[in-house]
This record gives sequence, structure tokens and C-alpha cells, in this order.
Amino acid sequence: MPNYSTNEFRGGLKIMIDGDPCSIVENEFVKPGKGQAFNRVKIRNLKTGRVIERTFKSGESVEAADVLETEMEYSYTDGSSWTFMDSETYEQVSADEIAVGDAMKWLVEQDTYTITLWNGNPISVSAPNHVVLTITETDPGVRGDTSGGGGKPATCNTGAVVRVPLFIDEGEKIKVDTRTSEYVGRVKD
Amino acid sequence: MKINNWQPNISLEILKARADLLRLVRVFFQKINCLEVETPTLSGSTTPDPNIESFSTRQHQQTYYLHTSPEFPMKRLLAAGSGAIYQICKVFRQGEAGRYHNPEFTMLEWYQPGLNYHALMQQVDELIACLLNDVCSLENTIYISYKDAFEKYVQVNPFATTNNELLAALRKHRIELYNNEPSLDKDALLDLIISQLIQTQLPANTPVFIYDYPASQAALAKIRQQDSYQVAERFELFINGVELANGYQELLDASEQQQRFEAENKKRAAAGLMTIPIDQRLIAALAAGIPMVSGVAMGFDRLLMLAMQKESINEVIAFTIDKA
Repeated sequence: MPNYSTNEFRGGLKIMIDGDPCSIVENEFVKPGKGQAFNRVKIRNLKTGRVIERTFKSGESVEAADVLETEMEYSYTDGSSWTFMDSETYEQVSADEIAVGDAMKWLVEQDTYTITLWNGNPISVSAPNHVVLTITETDPGVRGDTSGGGGKPATCNTGAVVRVPLFIDEGEKIKVDTRTSEYVGRVKD
Repeated sequence: MKINNWQPNISLEILKARADLLRLVRVFFQKINCLEVETPTLSGSTTPDPNIESFSTRQHQQTYYLHTSPEFPMKRLLAAGSGAIYQICKVFRQGEAGRYHNPEFTMLEWYQPGLNYHALMQQVDELIACLLNDVCSLENTIYISYKDAFEKYVQVNPFATTNNELLAALRKHRIELYNNEPSLDKDALLDLIISQLIQTQLPANTPVFIYDYPASQAALAKIRQQDSYQVAERFELFINGVELANGYQELLDASEQQQRFEAENKKRAAAGLMTIPIDQRLIAALAAGIPMVSGVAMGFDRLLMLAMQKESINEVIAFTIDKA
């Protein structure tokens, strides 16, 4: 991979830090009128999602990270790895539990996810903003109660537990916002 | 291709504020009998300071540099007997772009024969009082030595410390260097501490003058022995975390100036940078003799930022480098 010099730093640039692929979040140029220039950089570790700060002497260079974000369909899991497929090339990749991370509870077969590949291997999976899930377990619905107040927990087919209105029954489909884990609406077939 | 980003960064309000501020500056200097001058933007020499990179261009077989400050020719005017002079001009520094930097910026620079650097700090404070009276509590201006500032804010004596101690102080404040080992000298670490740990802790809305820098950071300031160490008779002004001005009791010794330029060129060569032809006209002017003088350079765009309470230099310059 090529190297990037600090003067090429910008938000979104993918670089290697401490052996891990990272993405630049923020880059601040710091320089006294008479004195050494530095870049104070906020960096997101793409494997852990953790944001760290590093200060570079301006002009230093860093190895680029071979990172690619791609859209893939979720196929299946064998319990220890999760397989995704490129719907055009049918190429498959397997992600481990760490890479799947929080997206685990939003995985619906044949839905499309954003997979971050580092050197061709998946290191993180992010769910679309909205997914449609089926309720597998919840207290019986209260017909006619559309007040929306209160609500109750419901377990979905992916294992996610979402607060839903009282009128929602088992077997129904709901739309959920994956960013907040909140119920958005009922989905009619 | 259709160009959509032709518009300026700034509103008419800021454009007018800039014009007003320029006028107020000129009124101030007229009042103190300081003469406005112009000197060349294109020059056959420039600063060899390894931390400042000049732009250059060519005419016939000759290289010309865009000035990074009007200091050298203004000193030649002083040697010719100009008396107190000031200049407002565009200066250029390659690679400097960010929240507080644009590669082309406006500098206000002035020289006061007969004033020492402490008296010049007072004069800078008077100017600030005229220009930023809505923003700053000027009665409370702070004057603190470089040593005292380090001892107060990071508990380190900058004249007796080591690189390891400075790195530890940075780490304690969660500043991790990507690479600790390479050519980072002590002055670079001190610079980082000033900008990231001291500037940020200074009281708000208060002009703070830090003076008596390490001799290794003298630039064009006079050096004197103080107790067991040497200090440069240099000061900087900070307001609300912004480095606003840099001033010197000017070095007037021609041979010492020549030696400092040569030492900077050596550092440039060691760092793989082009060396700079030493400005022999400046050296000759110093040899001819300049009366005791202090001088200071102030970032005019940053002054406008403070006056208009803006967070970034982009908000006070009509067309920054990305739109130039």
C-alpha cells in the first residue's frame, strides 16, 4: 500500500495505526508562527469502532489501509461465522462475531448490509437504518388500543428486543430503526 | 463545467468589519506617529527558518521568494533612518492551512526605535484595547515569562527539562505522538506543549503576553544570559487560545545574524530542505547600524476573528486557498 503524508490527511482517509486499519475522523493543523507544525488527528479504529487521538509531526507519513466498504446480502450463519454474498458476483465472505458486532441483532436473510473489508476480510458489518422484523414473542395484543402510550417489549426473529405499541401481536412484521432500536411502524404484507 | 462555488466565504458584514478594523489600525498608528510603509512582496531572499516554507517563482535566471514577513526590508528602512514604521501586507507561507492558518494571510508588522520589548508589549496592549474593547477585559492583561507559564500550567521548568519529561507531560494530558523517536527536538515538544496545554488553559477574554523564550527559539530576537540559562528577548500575545502576535527586542549584531542564518540553513540541509540564499542586504544594513528597536508582527485575520468572535479563519477571509 502507498503512504499518505499529513498534508493529504482528511476526514474518511483510511490509514494503518498500531497495526489496525483506521479512518480519519478529524484533522487539525497546529503550528506556532515560529515553530514546529503538527497535525492533531482523531482516528476511528475500524475493527473496534473506538476513536483515539494521535499527534503527528507535519510531513510524517503513514501507511494507507486497504479498506473497502461494500454492500452485501446476508446469507446464513453456522453459529460461529456469518456469511454474506455479493449479489452481483456471488462471491462470499465470512465474518466472525467481533466483526458482526452490534449488527448481529438486525441480521435478516437476503437483506443488504454494508461490509467493511480490510485486505479482503470483513472487519465490520453495519445494518441499514431500517429493517423489517417479525415478532416472535410478546404479550397478547390489545385490540383497538392505538393510544401509543406505554408499550411493551417484543422479541423479534433476529433476537432483538424492541418496545412496541400494545396493539402489536406475535407474527406481525414491524419496521425498526437500527440506530436507536426503536419501533417505527407496523408493516402489512 | 459549471462552477458553483464562486461565492465568497464571508458575508457583507464581515467584509465591512475587515475594512473598519483596517481603518482603526491606521488611525492608531497615525496617532502614535508611526509611518506606513510598503516593501517588496517578491524578494531575492527569504527566511531560512526550517519551520517556515516560502513560495518561490522565477524571473529570467533569478529565483524570487514571496515574503513570509516584511521584516528584512523594514529593518533596512530602519537602518536608513526611517524612525517608527508599520506595514499591513499579504504574506505567504507554504503548506499552512487549517482552522487558524491560510497560506496567504494579512500581517500587521511594526517597529519602534527606542522602545524595549517590554515597552512594546504595553503598546501592543494599547492597540488591542482600541480594537477589541468589546471582547477583552483589558485591565486584566497578563504578562508572564515562558518559564513561569510552563511551571504554572504544566509543572515543568522548560530550561531544565528533558525530552522524556516533556513527552510524559504530553501523555499525562492524553496527547500521544504517532512517532516519539524521530527528529523531534526539544523545541518541537515545547511548541506542542505551548499550543496544546498552555494556550488552552489561559484565562478567557484576556490578553496574555508570554515573554523570554528559550534562546534556541530566538529567531531574530536578542539573547541575554539570565541566571544559569539564556533567554531570547521575545514575546508572544495570546487571546482566547489564539496566537495573535510575536515580537522581539531585535537582534542588531550583523555577524551574529549571519551565524544564525547559517545555522538555520544547516538545519534545513539536515532535514533535506532547500537552503536559502542569506539576505546579505539585511546583514549589510545591520552592519551599517540600526538604533535599538523592538518589533512585532500580528496576524490581522486572527485579529478580525477575535473581534467578530469567529471560530475559524475561513469565516473572515473572502476567498481562502480552497476558493482562490
